[in-house]
Amino acid sequence: MKLLKLVPANTNIKFLKLRVPFFVGSVLLIIASWALVFTQGLNYGVDFAGGQEIQATFTQSEEAPIPDLRERIGALDNVGDPVVQRFGEANQVSIRVKLPPEAEGNPEFANQMTSAIVTSLESNYNDIQIDAVNSVSGKVSGEFRQSAVTALLAAMLAVALYIWIRFEWQFGVGALFALFHDVSLTLGMFALFQLEFSLQIIAAILAIIGYSLNDTIVVYDRIRENLKKYRKMQLPELLDLSVNETLARTVMTSLTLLVAMLPLLFFGPASLFGLVAAITAGLFFGTYSSVYLASPILIWLGVTSTSFVPQETAADRQEKIARGEAKSARPIVE
Amino acid sequence: MLDFPVWKRLTLWGLTLLAFIAAVPSLIGPTGLTIPEDVPTPEINLGLDLAGGSHLLLEAKSEDVAAQRLENLEESVRQEMRRAEPRIRIGDISTANDQLSFILDDASDIDRARGLLEPLIEGTVGSTRQWDLSVVDGQRMVLTPTDGGTAQAVDDALESATEVVRRRIDLLGTREPTIIRQGDTRIVVQVPGLEDPEALKELLGKTAQLEFKLVDESALPTNVEAGIAPPGSQIFPWAEGTDREGSSLAVRRLGGIRGDNLTNAQAGVDPETNEDAVSITFDSAGARKFAQLSTENVGKTFAIILDGKVLSAPYFREPILGGAAQISGSFDADSANTLAISLRSGALPVPLEVVEQRTVGPDLGADSIRRGMLAMLIGSLAVITLMIATYGRFGIYATIALVFNIAGLLGIMAIGNFTLTLPGIAGFVLTVGAAVDANVLINERIREERKRGRKVIAAVENGYKEASRAIYDANITNFISGVLLLSFGSGPVRGFAIVLIIGLVTSVFTALLLTRMWVADWLRGKRPSDINI
Repeated sequence: MKLLKLVPANTNIKFLKLRVPFFVGSVLLIIASWALVFTQGLNYGVDFAGGQEIQATFTQSEEAPIPDLRERIGALDNVGDPVVQRFGEANQVSIRVKLPPEAEGNPEFANQMTSAIVTSLESNYNDIQIDAVNSVSGKVSGEFRQSAVTALLAAMLAVALYIWIRFEWQFGVGALFALFHDVSLTLGMFALFQLEFSLQIIAAILAIIGYSLNDTIVVYDRIRENLKKYRKMQLPELLDLSVNETLARTVMTSLTLLVAMLPLLFFGPASLFGLVAAITAGLFFGTYSSVYLASPILIWLGVTSTSFVPQETAADRQEKIARGEAKSARPIVE
Repeated sequence: MLDFPVWKRLTLWGLTLLAFIAAVPSLIGPTGLTIPEDVPTPEINLGLDLAGGSHLLLEAKSEDVAAQRLENLEESVRQEMRRAEPRIRIGDISTANDQLSFILDDASDIDRARGLLEPLIEGTVGSTRQWDLSVVDGQRMVLTPTDGGTAQAVDDALESATEVVRRRIDLLGTREPTIIRQGDTRIVVQVPGLEDPEALKELLGKTAQLEFKLVDESALPTNVEAGIAPPGSQIFPWAEGTDREGSSLAVRRLGGIRGDNLTNAQAGVDPETNEDAVSITFDSAGARKFAQLSTENVGKTFAIILDGKVLSAPYFREPILGGAAQISGSFDADSANTLAISLRSGALPVPLEVVEQRTVGPDLGADSIRRGMLAMLIGSLAVITLMIATYGRFGIYATIALVFNIAGLLGIMAIGNFTLTLPGIAGFVLTVGAAVDANVLINERIREERKRGRKVIAAVENGYKEASRAIYDANITNFISGVLLLSFGSGPVRGFAIVLIIGLVTSVFTALLLTRMWVADWLRGKRPSDINI
């Protein structure tokens, strides 16, 4: 049987030749992403903004009466402006209402608002079936925001630290930068398309951090191996070699992840769309950053062929001189 | 490397078999087949977002606990000073700024007063110190709550509030609720299958704090409406639905009794007025206090106050000695029933607010499972096709490993009693895609080693050895971010993290140990001179 070779054997693509333009481009994309996050803002769901979200199905109708819903809920007392959208099938809607400013200091506000809306819906539409209700007070959503930021920062730093311990500090910095790139671009994408940003998306980003790092580690592991093997090789050449050697694996793994996730993106439950979209996009960002960002950074951070060679200390050197094995009294490492 | 002694073999197959058996109930559950009752069947818990049900996060207003505690202290201090022989006269009592302060009329009483306050300050034996006492100008005594004392009071209040919540939910007759304390001031309530939690929220939103207080008849109506209470009194609004809704009433702050000591509460109709009412029965201590209050105040008006709102203000026609009373004023049949349940289950020692609610109907959950399963099936088939097309025999090993991996994941979740949530389904799919990565790494490495001219056995041995370093590193970092995910966010997101973490463990196990064993067996049996990879 002839086996499939996605990547031909012995590729020799000069990835690092274009490292400067790619790096500059990536930095610009990161800046653009943050600019989007700060100007457009993220479309926070109830988890982070507080407020309530109702998913409902109109069981006897072809189509949900969206304008009517918008008007009716908007007219309720003590309820902010609703966002009513189709969610899933044509007769399914999601109704989101963020917390108005007057909810400040009243943890019960979201709950009262939810009760008012549910009561109004059930009394006005005979065929409505409430599928899901999420209501989060300002206090709880504030805590979610806090812990989301903490979890993201902690995850990035913890894995970078691990890489530093297992490899060298340059690799830790490189991995951290690549992760920062992946997280930034994912956030930028959510700001650009104004997709709902919920707790699930933070979960997706943490998963991206994990899987994007897989690629980086595989490439780094090969770089380490090659640094020991080819002492004389120039670093850019060695990095290219390492990336090329692992290219078949990088492509294959990204592909298996992609074909696993895509059906979920298209046929999966509507409430998982954001999470799956974030992971799928993160896959691309992560694969790209492992190849084009994580490796070239090592050149600029001064990784050399001696980075993984056990180095002599001054004392070792003195001992060697005493035994007549070395001539100079100048130690390699102070 | 390719040597597998018998014990290792048995352990590997034993663990695999165990996981498979544990996974069976979860797999045949959805097919509708039934398992005999007496067979122990660990089955995966479905989260509320898949099974349907309501999740409520309740938060206690801890400042109310502190205020209540200060009020109790004031009452105790007054009582102690009055009972002292000779009586210690005090004045200018204030509970402002979260502290109790008062002046002794006679400064020479200071040591006696101190002695009387000692037990109040220290609390019960073994508990932390409850209050700090300081004396200003030799005459004014100031009691401030200690942090430990307040924390203990809040903790006690939450502990009994949790019990009250449990009793109330049991009275509603819902099935298998989960009620647990979370942190210092919160209670999580999860009721599977409850689609409309409005009634539950109504029930939990009532503290059902019933109070009987004397009306301050000296208060000027204009002042009362303006919210100005005479000294020693406080103002309560009339409840919605009463005749005097919208106006307020001044009552004496102290000297009333609380409706904590009830033995029963029943909804019914008052035969005289034909109004919906709740009849209550005090226990003996409550009956004694009520008898004393009514005897001392015959002819005076008193207010029946529920959760800070006045329900009615009748007067004591005669001493009430039997320990039974009737509350009416603003009820319909439903609200009378809710109140009766609340009173029977005891008053909440602290008001609870719903700060988070998540409800999912059963249809949505079932639909999510169906769609998730379908997507996972298609995804798995695609991954398997890709693996076999690329790695041939080694791809088939990876595929069998994937099946064992998923079975192991299901089995561990069932044995560990973990909960599968909606994001957890995404975690399963992600695990399917990522689990083969270890096999990809190994197989690619074997390819490379063959290309460099190594013999089959050496290439396979080297492939496993050289690839495992990166596999371990990659999985450990994934594990780190998974653990951080576990410590973050709400239940559904945690379900995602749990699947990812268990999936990491099972995929390393299946890729590094199981496939290696199979490959080793094949190589030993066939001794091929070339492999197609």
